[in-house]
Amino acid sequence: MKIVVCIKQVPDTTEVKINPQTGTLIREGVPSIMNPDDKGGLELALQLKDKYGAHVTVITMGLPQAEDILREALAMGVDRAILLTDRKLGGADTLATSNALAGALRNIEHDLIITGRQAIDGDTAQVGPQIAEHLDLPQVSYLESMEYDGKKTFTIRKQTEEGYQMLEIDMPCLVTVLAPAFKARYMSVNGIVNAYNREIEVWGADKIDVDEAKIGKAGSPTSVAKAFPKSLKPAGEQYEVDAEQAVGIIVSKLKEKFII
Amino acid sequence: MDFNLSKTENLFLQMIREFAEKEVKPLAAEIDEQECFPIETVEKMGKIGLMGIPIPTQYGGAGGTNMMYGMAVEELSRVCGTTGVVLSAHTSLCAAPILENGTEEQKMKYLPKLASGEWIGAFGLTEPNAGTDAAGQQTTAVLDGEEWVLNGSKIFITNGGYAHVYIIIAMTDKSMGTKGISAFIVEKGTPGFSIGKKEMKMGIRGSATTELIFENCRIPKDNLLGKIGGGFAIAMKTLDGGRIGIAAQALGIAQGAMDETVKYTKERKQFGRSISQFQNTQFQMADLETKVQAARLLVRSAHYKKDNGIPYSVDAAMAKLFCAETAMEVTTKAVQFHGGYGYTREYPVERMMRDAKITEIYEGTSEVQRMVIAGKLFKK
Amino acid sequence: MDTTQYKDVYVFCEQREGVIQSVALELLGKARELADTLKENVVAILLGKNITNKAQDLIAAGADKVLVVDNDLLKDYLTEPYTQAITQIINEQKPSILMIGATTIGRDLGPRLSARVSTGLTADCTKLEIGEERELLMTRPAFGGNLMATIVCKDHRPQMSTVRPGVMKKMTADANRKGEIVDYKINFNEEKISRVRLIKTVKEDKGMIDISEAKILVSGGRGVGSQEGFNKLEELAGVLNAQVSSSRACVDAGIIDHSRQVGQTGKTVRPDLYIACGISGAIQHLAGMEESEFIVAINKDKFAPIFNVADVGIVGDVNKIIPLLTERLKGMME
Repeated sequence: MKIVVCIKQVPDTTEVKINPQTGTLIREGVPSIMNPDDKGGLELALQLKDKYGAHVTVITMGLPQAEDILREALAMGVDRAILLTDRKLGGADTLATSNALAGALRNIEHDLIITGRQAIDGDTAQVGPQIAEHLDLPQVSYLESMEYDGKKTFTIRKQTEEGYQMLEIDMPCLVTVLAPAFKARYMSVNGIVNAYNREIEVWGADKIDVDEAKIGKAGSPTSVAKAFPKSLKPAGEQYEVDAEQAVGIIVSKLKEKFII
Repeated sequence: MDFNLSKTENLFLQMIREFAEKEVKPLAAEIDEQECFPIETVEKMGKIGLMGIPIPTQYGGAGGTNMMYGMAVEELSRVCGTTGVVLSAHTSLCAAPILENGTEEQKMKYLPKLASGEWIGAFGLTEPNAGTDAAGQQTTAVLDGEEWVLNGSKIFITNGGYAHVYIIIAMTDKSMGTKGISAFIVEKGTPGFSIGKKEMKMGIRGSATTELIFENCRIPKDNLLGKIGGGFAIAMKTLDGGRIGIAAQALGIAQGAMDETVKYTKERKQFGRSISQFQNTQFQMADLETKVQAARLLVRSAHYKKDNGIPYSVDAAMAKLFCAETAMEVTTKAVQFHGGYGYTREYPVERMMRDAKITEIYEGTSEVQRMVIAGKLFKK
Repeated sequence: MDTTQYKDVYVFCEQREGVIQSVALELLGKARELADTLKENVVAILLGKNITNKAQDLIAAGADKVLVVDNDLLKDYLTEPYTQAITQIINEQKPSILMIGATTIGRDLGPRLSARVSTGLTADCTKLEIGEERELLMTRPAFGGNLMATIVCKDHRPQMSTVRPGVMKKMTADANRKGEIVDYKINFNEEKISRVRLIKTVKEDKGMIDISEAKILVSGGRGVGSQEGFNKLEELAGVLNAQVSSSRACVDAGIIDHSRQVGQTGKTVRPDLYIACGISGAIQHLAGMEESEFIVAINKDKFAPIFNVADVGIVGDVNKIIPLLTERLKGMME
């Protein structure tokens, strides 16, 4: 089985803070990490490899420093790593991103493509299903677990709001994975020792099979008209009092607002 | 020596920190409280290669460096001193002497299982009457046909009972003094070998520290490690390596106490401001931070020398002496900064203070380290 | 693309087992507002099996026209048949705007559809307005809720967006509203559909209360800490006839189910009263609750960001205050 996992390097948004004076984002010192859902997807691929034998490729599209997460993936046990990086790919929205990745995936053998459900910097959950469409592959998103019949069919448990669904899907196909369902393995020490001795293939836009009009900023139907810090409503009153008094304040405020 | 970590070392640090934070830290208070050996953690460590970091891949190890091994002990000890010493004793005191002195057969037999964590390793040198004066070995080994027969006992053996493989130092010819001491590999379950009393300790309470008893314990002739009469040298060299491991453990405990104290003094408010804003706090913490960083450089320089085949015996002694005393100072002050809370088990600093104390004692007391350093100083 | 050929505001109205989802009605409310600004129509798309009788509800909620596709292939949601149906509608009807609820279904369908018809899609919008050139301005949180970004889709149609449940307000249903109901026929490609097969749908009791529907939420964070602490919140919730929700910390710690998580990766809520107990107020959490009508925050740290959005902020220990508050309220209710 040939598996390709699409991963993304993202700023650790849980570490992002807002400057309370200016309301702007403090980006300095925010670590870059492998997107958690993608890491879950990588774990799924490695579990399938452990169980059924598979060749696992990871691909990321991003800036040259995205190499870091490819090294991490190599140390976790993947067989091949590709960095898709080119100025022509910059400024892409989800559709253009999915077109670029689909272009790369046309040149990589695949029976199964795995993506994370969504990335924590954008939270769009779009790129996976869009790739599936470009490649005309069936998809299942929000995957919690997956069984393989050894031939051509996977049985998938998909998370829903009320519970879950069981679905069957034929290979080749694409699935998007939820991080909590797959606790990612640690990089092995030997994997780490070798990670920087292994090859990372660096691909430019010339290596992918897609119409250039569909990638980068030019290939993006959407654009950001403006970005602004979130305006918070003015803070209410703050009280530093003992517990008894605090209860009194809360009760009187709730009465005032006719909540109780 | 390059003072920056390599890319590989940085990647390793990323992994070991996450492992320590997610797998080790949550158990630290519990294994201390219940004096419970962290066997599941050892399994997890084995799975990803942490139990065989500096063992070459041809013997099933991870093929890493001693520098990385030191970083692992430091980061584990930063959250749990017990877990740090389990790894240190296993690697430095058992796997390392087999790697450095074993025959090819011995290496193939023992190292892969030690590196995978399937087997844990231990080292038996100390006896009731042979502590700092290790030459006074009373355990004997007598060759009888194709077997060595061991009699005697060892005390304070880290990983005792949980270990499968023990490096045992014993007297083979009393008339030869230290040249009559040899080293042996003894496996758990060998008839005549039993685990004695388990110590109730002040700190590192999750680690097992036991007595080992040999009563006509017969082991194959081939289980001699190194040459007959070479045991004392093996023991001393093993301890040189082990001391860097303990130095890293002490360093980790010190760093852990620093982390907790920085966090606490920022949160804790007295007289209307956080206590980190008082100059007394700032100056004392600045001094401690400087010592911790100096300690780290001593550990790394000793491991750098070991990795590069440069003699490191005195460096190991200095690293251990300074790290252990720094750990004791940092943890004692950390408790003080935490005030009454620091004395309770609600905060981890009291545990760190108890854990720190042993680093001034085992694998050569601070006094022994001073002897080693002074010995070199006044040699000429 | 000649964007002038495209008109009207379309809403994909999600149903599950024949029940119109609340988010569909919320979107119709918003669509009505946008269409009135544009002086265009609101068109609802309703896909399913034996669902024609629900079309009038959509008209009551703001639709001028309902396109109903009643087909066995659409009984339960699956990506491919739903994508085929809406693609054909888009190609034939040329909508200017298409809104989809950001549920697990909408977030599966939306991107697949946008790729098939080659247009843009903006996820999880919190605000939709019409701009000066009649374009749709789609505002959404970015960077984990740290920033807001307004997105436009200038030269492609339809302008597609998903909106999370609980963000937009429904119109008051008007049973007397008139509208057109159209029985729409789709030419399905069944071979493509057969690549994914639904075996079963299972509902699990996850302590199944939809917190986004609650009028009062008692929400716990790291400061509540334990199961025991949450039991105290349950008691308070009992007295107030409220539900208990939580910040991400307690979900990650396994104290409470994910279905009760408020925030960027949980649910968006806007109850009448939100009592934040021991929640520091990470931006990701604030993103999910700051629209609440009235917010009471209790936290030990007086600089906790939760106080920036709270109407009443109490600096103190939740574990002391909550039981006292519960007692006091109990006394008052009797």
